[in-house]
Amino acid sequence: MNINKIVIIGATSSIAHQTALLFAREGVSFVLAGRNQNRLDACAKDLQARGAKNVSTLIMDAANPSDGKLLFEQSLMTLGEIDLLYIAHGSLTDQARANKDTGYALEEFMVNFNSAVGYAMTFAEYFEKRQMGNIAVLSSVAGDRGRGSNYIYGAAKGGLSIFLQGLRNRLAKSGVNVLTIKPGFVDTPMTADVPKNPLFAKPEVIAKGIYSAIKNGKDVIYLPWFWRWIMLIVRMVPERIFKKMSL
Amino acid sequence: MKTYQSWGRYPKFIPHKVIRPNWRDEITLPLPAEYLCYGLGRSYGDSCLNSTGTLIDTTELSKIIRFNPETGLLCCEAGLSIAEILKEYMPHGWFVPVTPGTKFITIGGAIANDIHGKNHHRAGNFGNHVSRFELLRSTGERFICSRSENPDLFSATIGGLGLTGMITWAEFQMKKISSPIIECENIKFGTIDEFLALSAVSDARFEYSVAWVDCASSGRKLGRGIFMQGNHKSSDNPSFKWQGNQIPFPFEAPDMMLTSLTVKAFNLLYYNKQVSKIQHTDVDFDPFFYPLDKIHNWNKMYGKRGFLQYQMVIPFESGSKVLFEILRKIADAREGSFLAVLKTFGNIQAAGMMSFPRPGITLALDFGFNGERTLKLLENLDAIVRECGGAVYPAKDARMSNESFKRYFPRYEEFSKYIDPNFSSDFWKRVTTSQKI
Repeated sequence: MNINKIVIIGATSSIAHQTALLFAREGVSFVLAGRNQNRLDACAKDLQARGAKNVSTLIMDAANPSDGKLLFEQSLMTLGEIDLLYIAHGSLTDQARANKDTGYALEEFMVNFNSAVGYAMTFAEYFEKRQMGNIAVLSSVAGDRGRGSNYIYGAAKGGLSIFLQGLRNRLAKSGVNVLTIKPGFVDTPMTADVPKNPLFAKPEVIAKGIYSAIKNGKDVIYLPWFWRWIMLIVRMVPERIFKKMSL
Repeated sequence: MKTYQSWGRYPKFIPHKVIRPNWRDEITLPLPAEYLCYGLGRSYGDSCLNSTGTLIDTTELSKIIRFNPETGLLCCEAGLSIAEILKEYMPHGWFVPVTPGTKFITIGGAIANDIHGKNHHRAGNFGNHVSRFELLRSTGERFICSRSENPDLFSATIGGLGLTGMITWAEFQMKKISSPIIECENIKFGTIDEFLALSAVSDARFEYSVAWVDCASSGRKLGRGIFMQGNHKSSDNPSFKWQGNQIPFPFEAPDMMLTSLTVKAFNLLYYNKQVSKIQHTDVDFDPFFYPLDKIHNWNKMYGKRGFLQYQMVIPFESGSKVLFEILRKIADAREGSFLAVLKTFGNIQAAGMMSFPRPGITLALDFGFNGERTLKLLENLDAIVRECGGAVYPAKDARMSNESFKRYFPRYEEFSKYIDPNFSSDFWKRVTTSQKI
């Protein structure tokens, strides 16, 4: 189907913006939601200058996702109809801090899991009625197996992947595509403090993969492709060995 | 992973510290520190390096701020590359006003080096097309610079080698073109004088011109070459397509690959690939402007040792005699360059006080780095260039002396007043530290 009207949640994230650029060239319209108005404006102008038809912005707060309904209504009012909901916000959890600070761990869960579920559910109802549409959500390879160094983030993303699986199963009957995106390491501001290794991919590369997966109505995609095989191996390691590894 | 080398991979460089800002309005430059912007690393020598300071990697600052499709005025962040701009606007018939031989440079770099291209005789340098930019100083102040606002800082920053502060965004005029295809005419010439005659006639008829000169041959063949001139094809129905695929250079070549023998063979083949005296061809903009971009890391061809590029300009008055002397010195030293490029600069006044281009003949060549031998040869060339009132291009330099620099850029003292005290480069430290040659 043609995608002409797009809502992006977490639109100022590097991967989200790079994906939006690919759609902008096709003259689509956007509603960009994010936390920081100044950054949203910079993204909006960029998309506009690269061929987007109309771009408007909305302030959201994933730590307080009760604004989901408002966000949906305002988006629909602005765009008239919605073809794609792209959920791309997220926070890389500081696991060491989370180990000591349960409040923080739960807040991170709110941002990475609850809020995404809330937004997806709100829009799902609309797409289901409309009998078409696309929901694409940034999950992570970190959700494929719990690791000591990253399990709060991993659990939120893992939960998100399961949620999307269920949502896909529900919405398939209504002709709505649900795409689970599982990037590996990506060189973005979110990972600015993580030491880089050759497995790190550029956000432009990830964005290209997301763009074509959306266009082709894919279900689950690992990006870059080799992560599918890396994670297959990671998942196959028996737990009694896995638990002794420092990962 | 980005290694922050310069393009010539000489001198060897390990960054001390790198920051990579994402939002132009949120950049802070904490002190004490010494900064220098680094974009896509296409400067050949050490003008883009700072071994003891903090590099500001500008490539994330790549947003477009506005584009006027009626007038072609483009305002964008300084880390945006020409490649990205062409990908976006070439399909709509817009081209950059001036481009160097690679599209993988940032707009900030284009301004800081006041780059030039094959249309210098018509269009001047990149800076001639820049209307405004914002300069962030280490004090945190932001200055809008144009010909009317902060004109001194404007003129110091264009060609100012990144020393006056950080350019965060810039506005410049794009050029409407009739087609991405260049109607190209290639003419063989036998001597430098013949090149000069061709060049003089060409300037009025052709928007773009450049020549390749054989500097590996000896005797009578020295100074022969191929003169290439072209215009955008006039077409009612141009098909603008974008191909940006690159072939990676597969490995770091052994140092043996480019010897005087292979260079000589290459030059011989290159000259003889064209049989007739004059040849007409239609060439796509990509191979016309950016022949080497096709190979992703062609700089690795020179192997571990790295290479030096030498580009100089000599006044027209010195003419073919001096140029021939230079070519002979190169040929005698058997350090012949794999590709030597010859072009005449026109007399459009540069916008920057430190801009390199000035009326005259410019020659650019690469030299694989062979230690003292190479440095000595280039110092000998410098002596000739100094003598005749010419100049050498800092963006490509890794070795010019303090004395040469001051002769080439007589306004350097005036320029020094505009330098941000917390910005510097290895190049700047080198050419401003007194040393006897």
